[in-house]
Amino acid sequence: MEDHILEMHKITKDFPGVRALDNVNFTVDRGSIHAIVGENGAGKSTLMKILSGVYPYGTYDGNILVNGEEKTFDGIKDSEKAGIAIIYQELALVNELPISENIFLGNELADRGIINWNATFHKTEQALKEVGLSLNPSMKIMDLGVGQQQLVEIAKAIAKHTDILILDEPTSSLTQSEAQNLFKILRGLKKRGVTCIYISHKLYEVFEIADSITVLRDGKTVGTRKAKEVTEHDLITMMVGRELNQMFPRQPHKSGDIVLEVKNWTVYDPEVVKRKVVDNVSFKVRRGEILGISGLMGSGRTELAMSLIGAYGADISGQLILNGKNLTIKEPAAAIEHGISYLSEDRKESGIILMMNIRDNITLASLNKISKNGIINENEEIRAAEEFVGKLKIKCSSIEQKTENLSGGNQQKVSLGKWLMTKPEVMILDEPTRGIDVGAKVEIFNIMNELIDQGVCIVMISSELPEILGISDRIIVMHEGQIASEFHWREATQEKIMYCSTGRKFNERSR
Amino acid sequence: MKEADDMKNNVPESEKPDTLVKTIVSSVKNNFRQYTMIFALAGIWIIFTILTDAVFLNTRNLSNLFMQSATVAIIGMGMVLIIVTGNIDLSVGSVVGIVGGVIGFLQVYGKWGTIPTIIIGLIIGIAIGFWQGYWVAFRGIPAFIVTLASMMTLRGAVLGVTHGTTIAPLNKDFKAIGQKYLPKIFFQDASFHDLSLIITIIVIIAFIIFAVQKRKSRIRYGFKVIPKKYEALRILALSVLMGFVFFIMISYRGIPYAILVVIGVAVILTFVSNSTVFGRQLYAIGGNSEAARLSGINIKKRLLYLFVLMGGLTAVAGIVFTARLGAATAAAGNLLELDAIASAVIGGTSFTGGVGTIPGALIGALVMGSLDNGMSLMNLDVTYQQIIKGLILLLAVFIDTTSKKVK
Repeated sequence: MEDHILEMHKITKDFPGVRALDNVNFTVDRGSIHAIVGENGAGKSTLMKILSGVYPYGTYDGNILVNGEEKTFDGIKDSEKAGIAIIYQELALVNELPISENIFLGNELADRGIINWNATFHKTEQALKEVGLSLNPSMKIMDLGVGQQQLVEIAKAIAKHTDILILDEPTSSLTQSEAQNLFKILRGLKKRGVTCIYISHKLYEVFEIADSITVLRDGKTVGTRKAKEVTEHDLITMMVGRELNQMFPRQPHKSGDIVLEVKNWTVYDPEVVKRKVVDNVSFKVRRGEILGISGLMGSGRTELAMSLIGAYGADISGQLILNGKNLTIKEPAAAIEHGISYLSEDRKESGIILMMNIRDNITLASLNKISKNGIINENEEIRAAEEFVGKLKIKCSSIEQKTENLSGGNQQKVSLGKWLMTKPEVMILDEPTRGIDVGAKVEIFNIMNELIDQGVCIVMISSELPEILGISDRIIVMHEGQIASEFHWREATQEKIMYCSTGRKFNERSR
Repeated sequence: MKEADDMKNNVPESEKPDTLVKTIVSSVKNNFRQYTMIFALAGIWIIFTILTDAVFLNTRNLSNLFMQSATVAIIGMGMVLIIVTGNIDLSVGSVVGIVGGVIGFLQVYGKWGTIPTIIIGLIIGIAIGFWQGYWVAFRGIPAFIVTLASMMTLRGAVLGVTHGTTIAPLNKDFKAIGQKYLPKIFFQDASFHDLSLIITIIVIIAFIIFAVQKRKSRIRYGFKVIPKKYEALRILALSVLMGFVFFIMISYRGIPYAILVVIGVAVILTFVSNSTVFGRQLYAIGGNSEAARLSGINIKKRLLYLFVLMGGLTAVAGIVFTARLGAATAAAGNLLELDAIASAVIGGTSFTGGVGTIPGALIGALVMGSLDNGMSLMNLDVTYQQIIKGLILLLAVFIDTTSKKVK
């Protein structure tokens, strides 16, 4: 007789224009540790947000059974009442408050609105003991390490009498020993009957801790297996077994001289002392080639790119050589001047300025080209903007249209136009096709091919394997700030890249 | 309807009539707040005209209204740029106070001339701006705190300079800046003011030449322009509007010097915000500072320059204010920052940053000034004056937020 604590049936969730989850079935045995794996964007987080009530009942199709009983959560409070707690990758603790107040945040032990501090302290101590922490409950969260903060989150869940604990990428910012400690705690909780859903990119961790593993891909359940019955290779095949379609306009590129060379590049997190985010990375880019950088979220790809243009990082060491010359780039303006441009990964947060019109956005990084003594030549500006709107086929009513009223694909083209106007030699494109429709994707690939023909070299960071495989000439794979492997596009497969992305070294290096 | 038909018949095929309508519609949509504020201003004027038996609308009163609004208008226009970058300047009232205090002190006790004291006043304003810009841009302290600190410190300094008394009388030619009108030069006995008239004509002709030149250069570049007929209509309408405003002043005592200052500041700041790299970058910083940073904009330097500019502008406003008052007082400039912020916000400047126009702040200052002036004419109790002004400010921002949601 199987004992399911949780059953999710035929869950379907649509976002505008995208089906994030498509008929997903997911069943968890009582008292087990159940892992969910899948690529970025496979739907793991969306599924967990439905389970925890972040997306309330009615915004999705399908049903949820907890202990065999159908549940309709209207919010996080409801799911908490049903014994479900979720711990996000980004911890949800209030830094300025002490541990005790964090643990009972929203659940204060109060009588008619007056908090019972003695009970709060006492229960906090108990909860901390359960997760192996011997800390003073009045310590503030900001004085704790990340590993300890994570355990406080778990203690918070325990204090709520949680039966199902969901952990989303819990080890992404933990050290090896902190991760081992976390596993120990999780095994202890399992013995006490707490069921745990564990989301991770790191397959070796999953094998170490999980009893069962469910693989999601493109919003669908690929399958659920007992951890003992599958190999890592099986899982990777399940994760990536996607058909490569014909949308990638691959063109033969002739690669020329080395334009950009990065040697022993190391970058530390400016906010967390001594945390390396980019670790001794070296690579070369030649004229007329697309270098793809693959890797999972948090592998340091964006940090690498941002540190190269002087926009991120502390204690940067290493060499940046452009056309044989050593450069020191301290700020983005210097990068632009040297012909290195960076298309940021988040279009709306850091790419375009939504409340400005197309013209102002396109010329923003090259105002010196169309101005004299600090005065903008309006005619030149209009001409430049019209030129890129035409070249990139940006669909708009006029260049005066505000970019917030454009579609995602057209917004991305505006952003691309801004960087093309700076006449770059090296273009770093961070997730250039994220969140845009297929037609616009193909157009952007075509633009990239044209740029290559004009002698620009392109570094493309992408989380989408088909895209990396379909358009790059060479591919490097990053894992935890390091280059895990490098492939020529002909040798690369989704399996090989995923293998390296999840922390395994691939031996057939091809430099 | 008739107008729309006319358009269809007269506009050549290449200039689709609906694009013209669309441009007008989108222009109204994009500047919704300003158009509503122009209508609101007209509405307020009509109401006061009725309530005061047309006293409000006579040229003497309107001339006074313009002069009363001058200080707030100057600071309000500068405040637009500050708020556009996502910052705030609470110190302006105290800066006006200290500039006036020092000028008064030097003129009355030091027997300094007008020009040297004006220079000293400007230097004080710029130095304060530099100080504040340094803390905001390079030390990362929120502008609210930095300028709040200046507001308090400088208010203390004003007390120190004035010893809590009124310093008077100021130099006659200094007072003229705030109180006097352009003189008659040719026809001393005429019922109109010739110099003011000449200036008005020059300004309007300059405007027309500028607009025509702009159109010509657009055509030279091969850009589409709106049909000649409509361009002419637009130029005519704006010229008439300008002429009307000047006419009010000409038919009273001429153009006040203070208004010349306001116009100068408005022209310069409009130019800065529309046509300079510096201005464009300010809007970018407020619109999305991360995108601006990645686009190579040196945010710190820009903010420093902006606060220096604001300091200078505030000094100019302080000079106009002190001259108008004819004396330096300890309370000079009290609460001015709030009127300036209100003017900017009523004129469509958004507190989330990145949005705001200089003409908007002018309209905003006029709305605030009209409320003060009209309610005073009606002998309304100050209590109600304050309450009504507060509610109008709230209403203006409410209209703004709802119009955004509708979009």
